[in-house]
Amino acid sequence: MTLTEKRAWCLLAATVGAYTWYVVVLVGRFDGGPVQETPYVAALLWSLGASIVLNIAAEIVLSIANPRGARTKDERDRTIDRLGDQVGQSFVVIGGLAALLMAMAEWHWFWIANVLYLGFVLAAVLGSIAKIIMNRTTVPNP
Amino acid sequence: MPTRITNRIRALRFANNEMTQAELAERVGVTRQTIIAIEQGRYSPSLEVAFLIARALNARLEDVFQFPDSSGEPGEV
Repeated sequence: MTLTEKRAWCLLAATVGAYTWYVVVLVGRFDGGPVQETPYVAALLWSLGASIVLNIAAEIVLSIANPRGARTKDERDRTIDRLGDQVGQSFVVIGGLAALLMAMAEWHWFWIANVLYLGFVLAAVLGSIAKIIMNRTTVPNP
Repeated sequence: MPTRITNRIRALRFANNEMTQAELAERVGVTRQTIIAIEQGRYSPSLEVAFLIARALNARLEDVFQFPDSSGEPGEV
């Protein structure tokens, strides 16, 4: 398994784990009233922070565990990284546009924050999946 | 979809004292996984890497890589 793929797995696991925890906490706090009144800010910040910290920790472990030679990136790794990031970035844009439209339509900030966070999560998850698939199958020709 | 470029890297590695994929990767300056992907037709290398592979295998570029012509017959690069 290449280092690019290991990194993609780490980002995928950290993001899915942190977001699952966030959703579980949110569902637990839901008291049957309007959804937007569920306290979410602290849980969202903890979830976001945890996914970043987990990913950094995984990067450090990967750097220590892999010898210097295995850490080098070649042109295929860079192509996979670039294409995977492009897949991910499209979801950041979609999330941003959705949040913009929701703000214009004066939706509750609960939904705007959650759509933005979901956009980040989808960007990380789908970008990582794209990188894993390209590592295991074919890299599209530019 | 696999690339249309075919190659003889595997045969040429064996013709060069049974060079391993790891040795070829080290000579070219790419990872072993990249050599495997190129050998299996799952990745088309850049022209620069293609030349480096040919040089490492003591062969001409067109002896290493082939591209099918309009009739579908494997032609040289």
